[in-house]
Amino acid sequence: MTTTAATSSTTNKVLPHPLNAWYVVGWDHEITRKPMSRRIANRPVALYRTEDGKVVTLADACWHRLAPLSMGKTVGKDGIQCPYHGIVYNSAGRCVSMPAQETINPSATVPSFPTVERYRYVWIWMGDPTLADPELVPDMHQMTSEKWAGDGLTIHAACNFQLVLDNLMDLTHEEFVHSSTIGQEELSESDFVTVREGNKVTVTRWMHNIDAPPFWLKNMRDKFPGFEGKVDRWQIINFEAPSTISIDVGVAKAGTGAPEGDRSQGVNGFVMNTITPETDRSSHYFWAFMRNYCLDSQLITTQLRDGVHGVFGEDEEMLKAQQAAIDANPDYEFYNLNIDSGGMWVRRILEAMLDAEGRLPSAS
Amino acid sequence: MAATNIETWQSATVIETREVAQGILRIVLEPTMPVKAEPGTHIDLMVQVDGETVKRSYSVVDFNQTGTRLALSVTKAPLSRGGSIFMHSLRPGQKLEITQPLQNFPLRVGAQRYVLLAGGIGITAIANMAAVLKRLKADYTLVYVGRSRQAMAYLDELTELHGQRLEVHIDDEGSSLKVNELVERASVGTELYMCGPIRLMDAVRRNWIERELDLPNLRYETFGNSGWYDPEEFTVRVPKLNLEVKVPQGRSMLEALEDAGADMMFDCRKGECGLCEVRILELSGTIDHRDVFYSERQQRLSTKMNCCVSRAVTSKTGAQIDASMAGPAIITIEPN
Repeated sequence: MTTTAATSSTTNKVLPHPLNAWYVVGWDHEITRKPMSRRIANRPVALYRTEDGKVVTLADACWHRLAPLSMGKTVGKDGIQCPYHGIVYNSAGRCVSMPAQETINPSATVPSFPTVERYRYVWIWMGDPTLADPELVPDMHQMTSEKWAGDGLTIHAACNFQLVLDNLMDLTHEEFVHSSTIGQEELSESDFVTVREGNKVTVTRWMHNIDAPPFWLKNMRDKFPGFEGKVDRWQIINFEAPSTISIDVGVAKAGTGAPEGDRSQGVNGFVMNTITPETDRSSHYFWAFMRNYCLDSQLITTQLRDGVHGVFGEDEEMLKAQQAAIDANPDYEFYNLNIDSGGMWVRRILEAMLDAEGRLPSAS
Repeated sequence: MAATNIETWQSATVIETREVAQGILRIVLEPTMPVKAEPGTHIDLMVQVDGETVKRSYSVVDFNQTGTRLALSVTKAPLSRGGSIFMHSLRPGQKLEITQPLQNFPLRVGAQRYVLLAGGIGITAIANMAAVLKRLKADYTLVYVGRSRQAMAYLDELTELHGQRLEVHIDDEGSSLKVNELVERASVGTELYMCGPIRLMDAVRRNWIERELDLPNLRYETFGNSGWYDPEEFTVRVPKLNLEVKVPQGRSMLEALEDAGADMMFDCRKGECGLCEVRILELSGTIDHRDVFYSERQQRLSTKMNCCVSRAVTSKTGAQIDASMAGPAIITIEPN
């Protein structure tokens, strides 16, 4: 018998995370002169800014006795001092001062990680630093474009990062999980198209001539006061490996040409999502909702942020319960539906990345 | 980086040996648990010296993508501790106990400019770094220093790979390195990585400090196996333990004391950590400080020494003819 693939996606209910990739470690405003700690890809990282404002990311464990550097304080222009025995490291993770001796042990370093500040986030590369090309940071340009306004928050999701990706790659769940805000039955009734290209996947769904659900009706009325009537609704899910998903969403007055490209009679948002594995069983889920209308309204920015926060709270609860059920039933398999095609391409791409790193778990 | 340095011992097979310069043998190993070797890594392995199994460290010179072929290169050093003689006796098919690649000399990606300095067999720790910097299109200069062309391993390969970025200095061709000129060329953003004889590294460090360059940008690895003097046999006395021990040319003071039953404190055994420090009570001769734990000031005082690498010698100059006494150097110490 010939085996066509070493592993099958059904076997790996949850996946390890590729290491040779950029992950968001935090919002730009979270990282200050005062050191903080965050666990990324199973590894605690100490984060702070230098006097010049440059973000520093070091392993959060002193070379000497592994005390967390994040409990220490920043010293000098770019250094951090271990709170236990006072060993000082510079921003490259190199010891610059050692207690009670006139020299510095040449091996006294802590790992420092390549870091890029972009799109209001700080990105970190946990794998082979010689491969850390800033050009590989996933596209989230709406976050800093003047054509878009909005804000977001972070969810600490008690599940493997792959489950969040599954959630975002198939939005039919909105009908059931988010019935009071963005859910409607046309979601599971309408057709969709999945396209995979390299490390990107797109899932496109159009719903024609439908009633706008409450969330979208409110948005339409922000732009078109007093709006009534049917809409054409779209959801275009754009995945970029390993874990960034920006979803082009919106509605336009029915029959005004939105499916053909004229969105002028509608409202458009981008749900920006990027998921960072914290451990194998938990994730930092960074999201923002960006819109291209009423750009100067802080009221709408705050309303949308809080509204989406409520919607995502429903996902958070489901994902946590799903992870618990997976853990409680280790011998049960996943089965896949036609609606999972986007998520399945994501899994295929992640498996290829893991395989290239020699970290793909075997099917057995 | 402590986190990745938990040793995983495994068996490896010698699959190729080849002389790559006068007295330097290239040994290619196939580990049973291959992992990719980062630049700057070494492996520890077990060698046989006088019927005893002892641990030695050798830099990984190059490796293939999957880590199934790791190359070391070992210079035959008759005056050193005996590991190299064993390594030179290896033949294809033989098995060794080795660790996975261990990292004490990491190359930082992203420096403005790099100078890589290799003295003699020190090229083994540096060659791989140079290859990575070339791949990353970094701004680097590889400076390779040797006594004679015949004794410099991989010179042709390095010339071909690095072209203009390779700078060669050969003593017997009259092109010796001028350390002050080398350090003078280093700017604020330059990181200098070096591996070589301790005389060379001491000279670079002294110049680096004099020029007030950022000390953490000077990176080096030492296996504690070279000194300012050739090793001599000497005598160590430990009144506290009622011991008098001869330290032969090919053995360290720490090993000789352990052989005699002394329960000595130590850790790195390569002159970095300072845990094997002993107090010097009396000395007839000179101390050859081979550690990097003491500052030059502390070494000049010679009230203490790191017995894992440092030795006593008879003369002030290192030449036997200048020996100020007839017999071997005698040192009286008190251990911790």
